[in-house]
Amino acid sequence: MKNRSQQIDFDVHTIRKDFPILKRKVNGQPLIYFDNAATSQTPQVVIEAIVDYYSRYNANIHRGVHSLSQEATDAYEEARIKVQKHFNATKSHEIILTSGTTHSINLVANGFAAILKKGDEVLVSALEHHSNIVPWQMLCQKTGAILKVLPMTQSGELDMDAFNKVISSNLKLVFVNHVSNALGTVNPIELIIKKAHNVGAAVLIDGAQACPHIKPDVQALDVDFYVASAHKICGPTGVGILYGKEAWLEKLPPYQGGGEMIDQVTFEKTTYAGLPHKFEAGTPNICGGIATGVALDYMNAIGFETIAYYEDQLLQYATQKLLGIEGLKIYGISDHKTAVISFNVGDIHPYDIGTILDKLGIAVRTGHHCAQPIMDFYQIPGTVRASFSFYNTKEEIDTFIQGVQRAVMMLS
Amino acid sequence: MAAIHIIQEEIIDEFSMFEDWMQRYEYMIDLGKSLPLIDEQYKTDDYIIKGCQSKVWVHADMKDEKIHFTADSDAIITKGIIAILIRAFSGHSPQEIIDADTDFIDEIGLKEHLSPTRANGLVSMIKQLKLYAIAYQTQVN
Repeated sequence: MKNRSQQIDFDVHTIRKDFPILKRKVNGQPLIYFDNAATSQTPQVVIEAIVDYYSRYNANIHRGVHSLSQEATDAYEEARIKVQKHFNATKSHEIILTSGTTHSINLVANGFAAILKKGDEVLVSALEHHSNIVPWQMLCQKTGAILKVLPMTQSGELDMDAFNKVISSNLKLVFVNHVSNALGTVNPIELIIKKAHNVGAAVLIDGAQACPHIKPDVQALDVDFYVASAHKICGPTGVGILYGKEAWLEKLPPYQGGGEMIDQVTFEKTTYAGLPHKFEAGTPNICGGIATGVALDYMNAIGFETIAYYEDQLLQYATQKLLGIEGLKIYGISDHKTAVISFNVGDIHPYDIGTILDKLGIAVRTGHHCAQPIMDFYQIPGTVRASFSFYNTKEEIDTFIQGVQRAVMMLS
Repeated sequence: MAAIHIIQEEIIDEFSMFEDWMQRYEYMIDLGKSLPLIDEQYKTDDYIIKGCQSKVWVHADMKDEKIHFTADSDAIITKGIIAILIRAFSGHSPQEIIDADTDFIDEIGLKEHLSPTRANGLVSMIKQLKLYAIAYQTQVN
């Protein structure tokens, strides 16, 4: 992922011109957008794809015999193939388009309610977002399965020694994020998948935070389910991706009933459509799906190796500068991190720092980042989180550092 | 004690002297530091107002038919705004507090902190001040 000898073949100032929002001012200051882990900004080509859809071929898909419907269907299915290729899935019907990562996780959790039995064990990591905890708690309540937690260490990494201890033949499912949203830690998912498979457990990887920085290969990973959100990879909100191995998707029952997902309906019996439509009840986010394909094309044209290399430079630069601020503590200090820095300064509340930075036009995230168990682990109310993207610059980091220093001066 | 709207006008006057947001916020932070703190016995979950990010605790006592508020927050800017609200509302009769509005917060340039979608607990805090006033009013009647 990080090839240090590689030359960066892109000019960030040219890239920035692709993102109209980066020209705007906030509170009279040029916007510095460091909340990329929450949502990424949208390049002009994606905005144009959305406008083009509604201007030229807005129609419902998979049903109409008319030309508009056919064009929309073709574009939507072409987007699915782009997603398939991006994740290197064997078949396009292993890609289910959902409304987001949370929807994807709930779809799988709901399916496993029909499979799990009382006493089965499911394992969730201590580094998860609430959306990769709560659906599994609900699943365990429904089935009588036991929810176990894979603990974390002070450095913000998963405790792999503990993993070896909790793994048993009762383990049926493992849920881990590829990258922690609160800390940026890249988890050793290859190892986790291998060990889980050794005892016959299935693995779902939440890739919401990884996909902006890493191009996952689901075949090489041999992962059972991989989920992500379009709005973190330069795509629109309201679109999620679920990759599932064909055999698993065939085995899981449908999530929602409705149009699109049926084969035959009588009042006595309904037979379901084949994959992927079995899991895509109702009219999908057609425009969003098409725009997601364009977003992936955009990011792939830059190249994920280039993106990872450049963002890592930003991460190292910002980390070094931040550590120069007295009393500043970074949470999550793994060697394997994406461009996310979670920190606090002394006993200053993260909300206060975030408020002052906003006044300076700098957007960061503050709070518990929907990962309260991590904050409880460190016994803090939350952190300030700065997360960088390939369209951010070192100059922005300099302004951000000055902003943090100014906030600390005001608040101490 | 001057009526609530008079106190609010005084606060607007004070804030009008500041030239930029920095000075306003520095003043607010100072106010936050000088907030009459809530007695530790009330800093419990029974008195907490949960915002998503900063926590607020508030308590009210009735003395000589006037309500006196004390409060605290774990974030200093939130504390500053609480200090302004308490200065305006504390020491007044329940009816005055029920009738009072909070438009002066807009006028001193802090409107964004009172947006219902801002996760700092302040909107709920104002509601709580009013609820205390309604509860004491019921007692008086």
